[in-house]
Amino acid sequence: MARSLRQRFEDWVTRGQRPSHVPIPLTRRRIYILPTRYGYAFAVLLFVLFLWSVNYSNSMGFAFTFLLAAVALNSMWRTHDNLLGLVVHPGSAEAVFAGQEARFGYRLENPGSTPRYGVGVQWQDQPPQYVDVPARGSAVVTLAIPAQRRGWLRPGRIRILTRFPLGLLQSWSWVAFEQSVLVYPCPRGQRPLPALQTGGSGGGVGEQNLGSEDYAGFRPYAPGDSPRRIAWKAATHTEQWQVKRFTDQARPELWLDWRLLGIDNVEPRLEQLCQWVLKAESDGLQYGLWVPGQRIEPAHGDSQRRRCLEALALFGEGGR
Amino acid sequence: MIATIGGWVGGRRRKKTAGPPAELLSASALTWLLTTLLLAVAPRIGELPVWLTLLFVVGVGWRGWIAFRNKSLPSRWLVLSLGLLAAAGVLIDYRTLLGRDAGMALLAAMTACKPLETRSQRDGVVLVFLGYLLVMGNLLYSQDIPMVAYLLAVLLVMLASQVMIYRQHAGLTAFAPLRLAVKMVVQAIPVMLILFVLFPRIPGPLWSLPRDAYQGRTGLSDEMMPGTVSQLSKTDEVAFRVRFVGDMPRANQLYWRGPVLWDFDGRRWARIDELPARPPAGLIPEGAALDYSVMLEPSNRRWLLALDMPASPPPRAIMTASFQILRDRPVNEVYRYEMRSYPQYRTGPLNEFQRSRALRLPESGNSRARALAAEWQARDSHPEALVNAALALFHDQDFRYTLTPPLLGGDSVDDFLFRTRQGFCEHYASAFVFLMRAAGVPARVVTGYLGGEPNQVGHYLIVRQADAHAWAEVWLPERGWVRIDPTAAVAPMRIQEGLYAAVTDPQTLPFLVRRGGDSEWLRQLAMAWDSFNNAWNEWVLAYGPDRQKEFLSGLGFGPVDWGEMTVAMTVTLAGLGLIVVGLRWRAGLVRQPVVRAWSRCCARLARRGLARGPHEGPLAYAARVAASRPELAEPLGEIARRYAALRYGPEAAPAEVRQLQRLVRQFRA
Repeated sequence: MARSLRQRFEDWVTRGQRPSHVPIPLTRRRIYILPTRYGYAFAVLLFVLFLWSVNYSNSMGFAFTFLLAAVALNSMWRTHDNLLGLVVHPGSAEAVFAGQEARFGYRLENPGSTPRYGVGVQWQDQPPQYVDVPARGSAVVTLAIPAQRRGWLRPGRIRILTRFPLGLLQSWSWVAFEQSVLVYPCPRGQRPLPALQTGGSGGGVGEQNLGSEDYAGFRPYAPGDSPRRIAWKAATHTEQWQVKRFTDQARPELWLDWRLLGIDNVEPRLEQLCQWVLKAESDGLQYGLWVPGQRIEPAHGDSQRRRCLEALALFGEGGR
Repeated sequence: MIATIGGWVGGRRRKKTAGPPAELLSASALTWLLTTLLLAVAPRIGELPVWLTLLFVVGVGWRGWIAFRNKSLPSRWLVLSLGLLAAAGVLIDYRTLLGRDAGMALLAAMTACKPLETRSQRDGVVLVFLGYLLVMGNLLYSQDIPMVAYLLAVLLVMLASQVMIYRQHAGLTAFAPLRLAVKMVVQAIPVMLILFVLFPRIPGPLWSLPRDAYQGRTGLSDEMMPGTVSQLSKTDEVAFRVRFVGDMPRANQLYWRGPVLWDFDGRRWARIDELPARPPAGLIPEGAALDYSVMLEPSNRRWLLALDMPASPPPRAIMTASFQILRDRPVNEVYRYEMRSYPQYRTGPLNEFQRSRALRLPESGNSRARALAAEWQARDSHPEALVNAALALFHDQDFRYTLTPPLLGGDSVDDFLFRTRQGFCEHYASAFVFLMRAAGVPARVVTGYLGGEPNQVGHYLIVRQADAHAWAEVWLPERGWVRIDPTAAVAPMRIQEGLYAAVTDPQTLPFLVRRGGDSEWLRQLAMAWDSFNNAWNEWVLAYGPDRQKEFLSGLGFGPVDWGEMTVAMTVTLAGLGLIVVGLRWRAGLVRQPVVRAWSRCCARLARRGLARGPHEGPLAYAARVAASRPELAEPLGEIARRYAALRYGPEAAPAEVRQLQRLVRQFRA
């Protein structure tokens, strides 16, 4: 409850801010400052020192107490200025599997002439990552954000904070970027790869004996056929596009088919398919993917793997 | 208070398992911290019990060794039991945990143990806070300039350590935290001064202090035995300093009146508790008044010193029937007060109680002195004749004035008058008053200080403990109480030229009380230093509730109360704040590259006679310029549009700002 209240408060404070595409400079209006618990403890300490001075009529005690109070005030201004003028640049992140951590890099640029020490970047309740930002330089902070579910992961609001120099106060600023990373389903499942088919169809959808090695004549084009197989030369002569047929005896292909899995829930199905994709790729097989609404022709290699994983990640979300 | 701190320090231990892992303290931060703590305890090393000093060195050294060798910390139970043992040790040594000395020892004990369980930043903060308390504790022992300078240096190192706790990354070089600490303290000084001058001072203490709070203060006591005053003559500590309005009076008028002693038990003279004189003591001035202010060093006694005879007490003090000034509480800070005295005076009649008290002697003892007094009385019972007879005795017989008199037996007065005949002022005063009372003249002993040394640098008078003196007062029917200094009959130089000239054995005197000789230049230097100290006392240490009111009233605001002071303080602080904010705002505007680029562009146009009016916004200005210089319409329009968007629109991207700057650079009017 407390946490959701805090979240709601943060939402309310940052209600005017849209996620940004461009780097965000930290201006006065964005920077907040409050004492830390050491700050409150310090206030108690000052009060004790003050009472002590009164009780012993100690003139230098007063001076010492007042000097400490003035230094604390001074540190308030310094803590605030330690963030002021910093420019936060969003970084890109690489796709990950659900259950892993997405690593977002943020670059802090310091256009000013004073170095900034101990600047932290924090996502939600994770411990902040601290860096020093040199004068007229920049520093990169990488946040590891847990990717819990497949689909697009948007880190949203992050907090830039500092307690420098005395730790008595913390100043911070919330920034949000239009920034996302794709999370693939978690590769999970015990089922062995389905049986290889030589020229097999994706569960009867395709044609027999299809391969890419040996030419075996033409057939009419059907939606879903790979453009690479269209006989472009022949297409100039006829109304009907023709698709080249190959037989591929040597390299049988594998259809990773949604319908082969008799699992009730969507997510375990996707997880199993994901695991199959990785297995097929590492086994060096030609593999294709069929899920409701999408069919990926058999192929092999990084781009095939990515295409399949993206399809799985975005299943049911209607793309981006 | 110490107990609360102990609970707080200990309490952290229990919470450690909860919450996210506390960030660890870096080795460099730890080094800074340990150094700071050693520096903060150093001034007290001589006074703390030896075992505690050892514990401190071992604790800090052990922790340093652990950090250096990368060993693991001792178990929490070991540290806890060590802490409890140390507290028990303090309790046994001091028989309390409260008060200044025991509190300081307990603080040192905690500071010795705490590093052994210090691993996180939080522990580091606790150590720094303990360090601040140690600095404060040191101030309760001494507020001298050298000590304050030292503690200021310790404070700087402490702030640097606190910076280091949060600055774990490699960025800062070794002395950067120290430089930062110096900067912060320098910038903090104006605020500190405002608070120091204007924060309403509350007269302390708020609750009664443990008895040891002000131990070890030398000074007059409220009783006198042979040896009490001469003991004081061995120390050249300053008792008080005096600044006169107008000329300094002659040396033989500088009798600084302290405790007045009435009761004699055969050996000891003692004060009696007196209520304020009602009606006021009955001083009849016979001459010009002397106005002066006194800066009294802490004495832990209530009495305030004043020249014979004080006219009225300063605020928060009373004057007794013996013309003794008593403050409402002991003087434990440098206390400044203003006085008026009349060197020529008469006093009023003596009441029956006072007369009987001023004639009272022990039932028996000192029979030879009594016999001598009776003999004088039989010869001439006129009081003045009796006084002269006693003075003649001291003057004509072979009495000697010395700091190191032989010990006296049971009948101390007889022994002194007829056997040893060597004594210091208290012997003469005591014997004189005894003789007077025995002869039927009301008399009493007055203790205080005589003389003082003018400081030519600062134009004030220094009175040292070595100037302590005792004299007598007799009551004469026509003149009231009259001061008689029997020491003058023996050693007139004491009154005219001070202690150094009077004693027959000057090498027993402390250095600063001696005169002449090879090291005179050193004493001159000491005088210059003392005048510096006096200014420090007068303007800084004596700045308490009374002085604050006086100072602020003196600025021309009339009498001020604490409410007005609070208002003045708030207004001054707010004013200072506004100045700082204003300066920063202006600097920020100039620093803002957008505004700077635009003003450069406007300046160029202004040189061509096309200055922007103060009312004109950027777009209106561009339109006006375009009307008279059509060839500028396009570039200026672009600049103005971009400026308006960047300045007044949502936050600007750095690339767009750079684009604006480029356009302005290329702009030729």
